[in-house]
Amino acid sequence: MSTPLEVLKPDAALAAPRRAPSRRPSPLLAGGGIVVAAAAALPTAYLLIRSGTAGLTVLGDTLLSAKTAGLLMRTTLLCVAVTATAIAISVPLAWLTVRTDLPGRRTWVVVSALPLVIPSFVGGYAFVAALGPRGIVQGWLEPLGVDRLPSIYGFGGAWLVLTLFTYPLVLLPVRAALGGLDPALEEAARSLGRSRLETLVHVTMPQLRPAIVSGGLLVALYTLSDFGAVSLLRFDSFTRAIYIAYRSSFDRGVAAILGLVLVALAALVFVAEARTRGRTVYHPAHRGPQRRPRITRLGTWRWPAFAACGALVTVALLLPIGVIVLWLGRGAAAGESFGFAFGAAVRSVEASLLGASAGLVCAWPVAYLSARYPGRLSRSVEGASYAGYALPGIVVALALVFFGARYTPAVYQTLGILTFAYVVHFLPQATGTLRASISQVHPAIEEAARSLGASPREVLRRITLPLVRPGALTAFALLFLTVMKELPATLLLAPTGFSTLATEVWDAASAASFAQAAAPALALVLLSSAPMALLVVREGQAISPTS
Amino acid sequence: MRKRPAGLVLGLTLAVVAAACGNGQDGAEVPDGEGPVTVYSGRSEELVGPIIEQFEESSGVDVEVRYGDTAELAAQILEEGGNSPADIFFAQDAGALGALASAGRFASLPDETLEQVPDAYRSPDGLWVGTSGRARVLVYNVEAVEESALPDSVLDLIGDAWSGRVGWAPTNGSFQAFITALRLVEGEDEARAWLEGMEAGGAQDYEGNSQIVQAVAAGEIDAGLVNHYYLLELGSEDASIKENAANHFFQDGDVGSIVNAAGVGIIEGSDAPQGAQAFVDFMLSRTGEQYFDEEVYEYPLSGDLSQDPSLPDLDEIQQPDIDLSDLSDLEGTLALLRDTGVL
Repeated sequence: MSTPLEVLKPDAALAAPRRAPSRRPSPLLAGGGIVVAAAAALPTAYLLIRSGTAGLTVLGDTLLSAKTAGLLMRTTLLCVAVTATAIAISVPLAWLTVRTDLPGRRTWVVVSALPLVIPSFVGGYAFVAALGPRGIVQGWLEPLGVDRLPSIYGFGGAWLVLTLFTYPLVLLPVRAALGGLDPALEEAARSLGRSRLETLVHVTMPQLRPAIVSGGLLVALYTLSDFGAVSLLRFDSFTRAIYIAYRSSFDRGVAAILGLVLVALAALVFVAEARTRGRTVYHPAHRGPQRRPRITRLGTWRWPAFAACGALVTVALLLPIGVIVLWLGRGAAAGESFGFAFGAAVRSVEASLLGASAGLVCAWPVAYLSARYPGRLSRSVEGASYAGYALPGIVVALALVFFGARYTPAVYQTLGILTFAYVVHFLPQATGTLRASISQVHPAIEEAARSLGASPREVLRRITLPLVRPGALTAFALLFLTVMKELPATLLLAPTGFSTLATEVWDAASAASFAQAAAPALALVLLSSAPMALLVVREGQAISPTS
Repeated sequence: MRKRPAGLVLGLTLAVVAAACGNGQDGAEVPDGEGPVTVYSGRSEELVGPIIEQFEESSGVDVEVRYGDTAELAAQILEEGGNSPADIFFAQDAGALGALASAGRFASLPDETLEQVPDAYRSPDGLWVGTSGRARVLVYNVEAVEESALPDSVLDLIGDAWSGRVGWAPTNGSFQAFITALRLVEGEDEARAWLEGMEAGGAQDYEGNSQIVQAVAAGEIDAGLVNHYYLLELGSEDASIKENAANHFFQDGDVGSIVNAAGVGIIEGSDAPQGAQAFVDFMLSRTGEQYFDEEVYEYPLSGDLSQDPSLPDLDEIQQPDIDLSDLSDLEGTLALLRDTGVL
């Protein structure tokens, strides 16, 4: 049996990662991290340039207006509510699908992660269509005398939609962490007389905390950046105000100032995350022959738990897909041709593969620095990489329009700059997962290999990469499906005429032909579900408990 | 030991980016040595894709189209500065055209082009020209509303007679442009009073124009504020809609029936000015205008095409005396809509 001491007493000297002989990253690693961070900081640089041209009066007026204060309050509230709810859903869901005899557990493992593939603008349309005051559900209830449903618009609707389509960002890392836990620790705690609850609170939860916090950070920052859901559900958030500033007065100065406030807000979230994450590093003491955890029998709670999972999946997955299918049916009934360009599907996959590959490569130095050399440099690099994630897509896209058209016209509106935009916008989705996997590889293993005469390259190839591979695959799948949903950067930066499934959906929906939007929307959801499902099934097999 | 990973990372990044860059824009050459014409279109592919294809076929000019949101594309052209690849900006509404015109991003159009279109639907400085028009109307249920009871002005919709009978779509762009016009023509106070009156009278919120037309035809509400062509478009698929509902145009230059224009401008510094000019002229030609009339059900702005028999001629609808380019202050409109609780 392995020695659990390191994790049980995180503050003891043993818990600190064993220091490698050299405490400074190599110049190349540090350089790689700095280059990636500089790239990720481009949108912020653009916002600074644009706010500079707005002038001090506008700056003061915008920053100090009551409207900005209101926006700040509402956005913060939404951010906190969505993050808290996503965590509250994900932690029990992870436990149910990993550690219990929930009926149909393997199926739940897959479907509970899938709401992530629904683009928020499609989800928004679907929710308004279904649950709007005179939506589809009201139509069903009409015979019962229900004239209109309570309004879905505003805070409640935005909260609901954003939570349902982002909670898997917490669920996935928490589930991976739970599956990776050595049950010996919990068993030791139980055998030493701790109750189940005490074990959960004092042994299990602390080990899940890094996963919860890093997933929560992604949800919080995504909520800051989202436009699709807040616009369709009419919630006045910062992002919506930024879009309105572009749309209404064509005033890029005001939009830029609001964007900078958003960057500051993201920085606050990041600092809060760092505080919560804590300094403790958990390396499994030994990757010895680890037994699988024993499952908890739910007893009479089996079916209520089943019903709860069912309700969640019905609302988060079946409802939006049902609405899309309904649109498809209506189009067919009206005799509309609803095929979609096969080329758009191919281009979607092409763009997603490019974005995910480049994203994974660029995330490596950031994640490696952060996992192995925690310090000022790695914090700055990581912090910079989050700025692009918290900003709305239109800001990232316009920033690269600004720099691209002016300074690198040769690559402007090519797949090169589009891929670059995806990396800048979505990098943190890969770094979090990758960092977690790297820090689970105890440095001692790498050092042992080195001391046995392996070259650094061999250590990377034969030790680190194989151990990190599951995490890297998750990061890749996350990037893949996120890029596939992406809209503003694709519209502005793709080669002219390069339409994807997401742009086809948007084009049809903006002309109010939902029947035409349905086929590409369905294709989009199916295409991004496939890698996701494969991944989750693999993960499910890896973490499957003995029954 | 950490040298290699970083080197590998950089190498791979460069390789991926380089591989991706090779896949750039490649267009066929046009006969007279100009490159293809690049159009930034704020009008969706659904609406204008077919007519752009017709232009390519008839002129032999290659066209590359970037579809997007009108305002976002306008911001993009502004950010691109002198290096914009765009030759043409095809906008959904006049406000965005006005914004680019005042930023000096449009080249002047020749008089022959401008003169095909009435003054009201083109830039006063000759920088953009309208290609088709959309009139605001009151769509009403023919069973529920007597023709004699139809109001002369949109302002008459407040009050007991219409209370609870009218639908509108506060989040819709065309509705918001109408409110901007209302503020310009009648003043801020009058616009506020009207919105408050409508709200107090229980105006019903709908998602968009087509939902309103369907609700009116189904008798769910008696009337609704929409763009004129939705009735024609929906009616062409479902004849009962045309039987049950009709469009009413407000009278005497009332702002309620303002006609907004979709239009085009040629980007200053375009490297395909001849192709771009040919594009603009084609949109204003008989073929182009016929397309907007028959396929999109909008008002053709040039030539002497006969409209759908159910529509009054464009010159019979008096326009309120405003410059359509000025309809760009959406911010004030949104503030007012929120203030009055409409949004």
